[in-house]
Formats: sequence, structure tokens, C-alpha cells
Amino acid sequence: MEHYTRRVLSVIVLNEDGVLSRISGLFAGRGYNIDSLTVAPIPKTNLSRLTIVTSGSAPVLEQIVKQLHKLIPTYKVIESGQFVEKEMALVKIPLAEDFNGLDAMLKAYNGTIASSGEDFIVVMVADDYDRIDNFLKAVKKYNPTDIVRSGSVAMDI
Amino acid sequence: MELSGSQMVIEALRKENVSVVFGYPGGAIMNVYDEVYKQNYFKHILTRHEQAALHAADGYARASGEVGVAFVTSGPGFTNAVTGLATAYMDSIPMVVISGQVPISMIGTDAFQEIDAVGISRPCVKHNYLVKDVKDLPRILKEAFYIARSGRPGPVHVDIPKDVTAQMGHFAYPSEIKMQTYKPTYKGNPRQIKKAIEAIQAAKRPVLYIGGGAINSNASAEVREFAKLCGIPAVETLMARGVMGDENPLLLGMLGMHGCYSANMAMSEADLMIAFGPRFDDRVTGKLSEFAKHAKIIHVDIDPSSIGKIVPIDYPIVGDLKNVVEAMIPLAKEQIDESKYKPWRDLLKRYDEIHPLKYEDSNEILKPQWAIERVGQLLGDKAIICTDVGQHQMWAAQFYPFSYPRQWLSSGGLGTMGYGLPAAIGAKVAVPSKTVINFTGDGSILMNIQELMTAVENNVAVVNIILNNQFLGMVRQWQTFFYNKRYSSTDLSVQPDFVKLIESFGGRGFRVTTKDEFDKALKEAVESNTVCMIDVQVDRFENVLPMVPAGGTLYNMMLEYKE
Ligand SMILES: Cc1ncc(C[n+]2csc(CCOP(=O)(O)OP(=O)(O)O)c2C)c(N)n1
Ligand SMILES: [Mg+2]
Repeated sequence: MEHYTRRVLSVIVLNEDGVLSRISGLFAGRGYNIDSLTVAPIPKTNLSRLTIVTSGSAPVLEQIVKQLHKLIPTYKVIESGQFVEKEMALVKIPLAEDFNGLDAMLKAYNGTIASSGEDFIVVMVADDYDRIDNFLKAVKKYNPTDIVRSGSVAMDI
Repeated sequence: MELSGSQMVIEALRKENVSVVFGYPGGAIMNVYDEVYKQNYFKHILTRHEQAALHAADGYARASGEVGVAFVTSGPGFTNAVTGLATAYMDSIPMVVISGQVPISMIGTDAFQEIDAVGISRPCVKHNYLVKDVKDLPRILKEAFYIARSGRPGPVHVDIPKDVTAQMGHFAYPSEIKMQTYKPTYKGNPRQIKKAIEAIQAAKRPVLYIGGGAINSNASAEVREFAKLCGIPAVETLMARGVMGDENPLLLGMLGMHGCYSANMAMSEADLMIAFGPRFDDRVTGKLSEFAKHAKIIHVDIDPSSIGKIVPIDYPIVGDLKNVVEAMIPLAKEQIDESKYKPWRDLLKRYDEIHPLKYEDSNEILKPQWAIERVGQLLGDKAIICTDVGQHQMWAAQFYPFSYPRQWLSSGGLGTMGYGLPAAIGAKVAVPSKTVINFTGDGSILMNIQELMTAVENNVAVVNIILNNQFLGMVRQWQTFFYNKRYSSTDLSVQPDFVKLIESFGGRGFRVTTKDEFDKALKEAVESNTVCMIDVQVDRFENVLPMVPAGGTLYNMMLEYKE
């Protein structure tokens, strides 16, 4: 089996109709993996930034970058290892749980309580993607009823 | 200038010097057709099926080097056109295809003849547009033509809703292209070029592996000069037939699945492969781990994603082939000594003498290869050769003596049966001074047979030569070799009377079973200046050889088939 590596790509594209379908279609049509994908416009420009987390063997990753480049609305594909990469997660926990230790855990993962209701709280954490993995493992003991991850956002440095 | 969207389409085509459009009308594109009626800048040829409109535009583009243009309507008009887009995309053919769409207000409502055309075309075009505002139309059309013909060429699809074709807007056709994101690289990196020349200098057994990029880049003259200067033997892909010219002593022939022995052996034994615009198609490489495994590789291509896609490349050069070879020539003049490769050339020549391309001729029954050779003898460079897909296509590539680029038009990448007749129509429209031959099969010809009407109506005198083996011959051949002769659904012995068929369309038909009849029919057909069909009854069980079975190795060709 070929060695798969995880790769974060920051793709700057023209913010126009259908550009997301070109990119998702490219990945689907050529059988590339998308682990996560986030999009947002870049302020004061006609561009958008996509952060794509993908994985594959070295030649496949090279092709992914080249194929992204080949799309007409692609302005730039940034693939340097030099990224600040963060992900966010929301976790809903029933109030019935014993919150012993939750505060310390939230502190450790840049977390806060984002919202609360009659019988639940929603906590929010923002951290490196692998630390989010760890947090989500650790938070299991509070029996969360719902978990939402944002996918990575990245900035090249 | 205030124009309607439809008038803008006409004006843009005029600015692009379009002289012919192939198309088929319908509700969503009627506004455009109304303007077609009023103008006399270009000729519109009504095909009898949208697929054929695109193949005709494609044939026009391949024969002329210009962008081919087609119009189709929304819904079924567009879906019929998809095979034409995919065919052109796989072979990097420049086209602009304009389709009608339901009015913007109705998009998304499953309206009559609504289909998500840009959603469907996306994976089989170089780029596409859905025009949402008439003010964008001039820029989009300008970009469409530019994208189609620049860089690695390809089809561009522009989908225009009916209300946009009616809206009025200001028309100023941009004189220049300003695209923020799309900037193809034409000039090769001089350092890479220098390294490539050094690699050639160091090599003992170099081979030129020439692909369709050499045609698209109009680099034939430069490639010939470079080959001659360096004394490097060359092989051509199916798409590159005509680049070197078959008279050229350096050309070994076509390589790949049905390539000749010397060409495939050259690839297998080379220590350096100089790839000029091919794409390492699996029908060429066979088993990848064995493909040219002793060779370092120089790959020149205008599309960076093509380089390293299939095999790792030692000397990548991104750039337009013509440009790059022009830069290589002066360096080669200084640094390469062609006499160094003489032993290698001699070895390959010997390979060619041991196993030339061959077939066993007969006096009892016409051999398809003979018919092709015969046309070559009688017409040679006077004819442009189109084909359909199957055995006849491979024999035409093997046995016709090509002498210049754009003489050979065949669907290589997609292998689209039904391509030949409409493409021949497009080619004849582009180059009326040439005889245009369509070598076709008894299977393929029926896939766009309705285009005989287009040809007759417009007096486009193409000559169709059916190599009639009463089989889907290529599939039958695989069944013979690999499926123990279980001829599942490949027998075509129930067939129309092709002579009566073409006569009913108003053309001329011939049925031939002997060499004399063949010569006579061909002569009459070429001289008649009408649409013709020659039904050549050939040996049913002839096989295309040599053959590298799919996934096999190039140096392990099946040279003969023994029961
Ligand atoms: C549209 C399409 N359908 C199916 C095929 C698969 N196919 C490849 S060659 C071939 C047989 C073609 O028969 P014919 O046109 O008679 O040519 P021959 O091989 O007999 O010369 C078929 C069915 C194809 N290439 N294109
Ligand atoms: Mg046949």
C-alpha cells in the first residue's frame, strides 16, 4: 500500500458562480479525498479562499495541486508546509451530566461555553485539528449529544 | 453600440473571424437563430443531429487549426452534444459551443427542456460559462475563444438563457484579454532546456516520442528539423500521425497497442525518451512498470498537469512545443553529433526489417489493409483522412502514408464511433481543395448516418469508404483473442444496402469486391464531386496486428495470431 500523507492546501479562486462545484467535481471525478473543505470570501477582493484538507500518495498530491492550478478561476494554490491551521468544534452536553473537570479541559483547548439552554450547554473549542481530535475523545465522558466540526482553516505564514 | 444578446453572439463571431458554424436550432436558442438568418458574416450548416454538429466543428478545427464553433438548443439539444464535447476535450481540440438555456427566471424549476448544462459539461470541457447578465456576454465570448485556442486547447461551453439572448446591452468587444487567473506558459525554462540538451548529449539510444501536442502547437517543421539535426529516431502516437511525414527515414512509425515492432522496441530499449507533447496514454504505454524502463525522460508539454501524471519525469519542460523546440535547435546544432546515434539507428532499422508492418494479401478476397494502402497510392497527400473507431481506424493509422500534420483526423482519446462522417464534413468545409476520405466501419457509419443529408444538402463531397467486415470488428477481435470466440453481439451481417442507402440521400454508392472494382469506384468517387459511399466487402476475420494486449508490455507484442 502506498504511503498516504495528509496535506493542507490553501486555494485562492475567483469568487464566481460554480467555482465550488468545479473544485468538488475535480476531487470527485478524479477520485481524490477531501477530508475537509471550508470556503469564505477574502475581504475587499473578488477572490475566495478555500482551505482543503486532503490526503494521498506523493504523486497524487502533486496531481491534485496541478489539477487545481489548471482550473481557469484558480488564482493561486498554496501548499507550503508553513501554515497556521486551526479548527473549531461545537459540542452539546446534557445538563444532567456532572461537569467536574470540564472547565479545566475547556481552558486547555481554548474553549468557552458558547450557549446554554434549559437542559444542555454548548461548548466551543478552537485548536489544532489533532488537538480537536483529542478534545473530542476526552469530552466523551460527558456523553455529548451532538458534535459539529468546522473543518480546518489555514493561513500561510 | 446597443445590441441584443443574440446580436452580440453574431458580432463576437464576426470579430473572431468565424466563417462557419455547425448547429441545430430549438426553442431556447431561437433568438440567436433569428440573427443567424439576418447576417451574412458566416455560413451556418444545419447538421441532422447535435452530436454531429460538434464533430463537424471539431473536424473543422483539426483540419484548419482554427476554433470550431457550434450552436445547440437547451435540454436534449445539449445532451446530444455532450459526446462531441468529450471527444474534443480528450484530444485537446479548440471549440466554442454555444447552447440555449431556459430563461433565468425558470432555471431550477425543471422547466420544459431545462437541464443543468454547465453541470453536465464541466468534466468534459476546458471551461464553461452560464451567462446570467447580458453585460457579461461580450467578455465571456472573448474569453471563451481565447481559452479554447490558447495554452492546451480545448472546448469551451457557453450556456445562454433565452432571456439573456433577448436583453439589450452595450456591446464593446474587448480588444485584449485581461484574465486575472489564466496565464499559460509558452516559453520553456532555458535552464531546463539546457539540461535536456545535455541529457541528449549523454545518451546513446535516444528516441523522440511525439504526441498530439506537436499538431496543436503547429510544431511539425521544428520537430522534423530537430530530429534531423540530431539524427534521433522518432515514434508517433495515433494523434501525431503526419508530424514527421512517413517518407522521413527517422520515423519508425506508430507506437503502442497496435504500433509497429521497431517503434515499440525503440521505446523499450531507449536510454533517453524525448517526449514532445504526448500524454502517456495507457493504449501507448502498456504495463507502466515495464514502459521504457531503461530511459530517462524529457517531457515537453504546455500543460503542467500532464507532466508527471503517469510516469515520473527527469527533465520536465513546461512550454509551447514549437517555442521550446525552436530554443533547442541552436543548442543542438552546437552540441549534438548525430553520427553518435548511428549504431542505434541501424539497430532499429534492422528491427524494422525483421518485423515490418505486414498483412497477407489475397486475390480471392479484399483485405482492408490493401484498400487503405491503395488509397494511399492513388491519393497520397491529396487527401485528408478521417476515420471512425475500430479496426479500420488502426489500419488507416498503420497503412496510410501520411505526409503532413492535420492530414489525419481521428478520435483518439475518447474513441468515439460516429465521429468520422461529421468530422469529414467539417474538414472538407475547412479545406475544400483536398479530397476528404472517411475510412469507416459498417458499425460506426450507422452512428451518424443521417449526416449524409447534411453533406448532400451542402454539397460537401466527402468520400466514405466502409471497410465492411460485417462485424464490430475490433470487439470481435478481442473476442477471438481473449473470449474464446464467443461473438457476443458483434455480428453485423444483417445490414442495410449501403448503396441504396446513400442513393436515397442523393449521393452515389458503390459496392466493390475486387481490386479492379475498388480502383474504378475510388476514381469515380473522387472525380464525381458528390457525396459518395464505397462499400468494400473485406475479409471478415482479419485482425489488427501487432498487438500489445491491454496491460501487456511493449516489447512483448503479439506479431501473429495462430488458431
Ligand atoms: C460510441 C461507441 N460505442 C462503442 C464503442 C466500442 N467499440 C470500439 S470499436 C467497435 C467496433 C466498431 O465496428 P466498426 O465500425 O464496424 O469497425 P471495425 O472494427 O469493424 O473496423 C466498438 C463497438 C466505441 N468505441 N464507441
Ligand atoms: Mg466492422
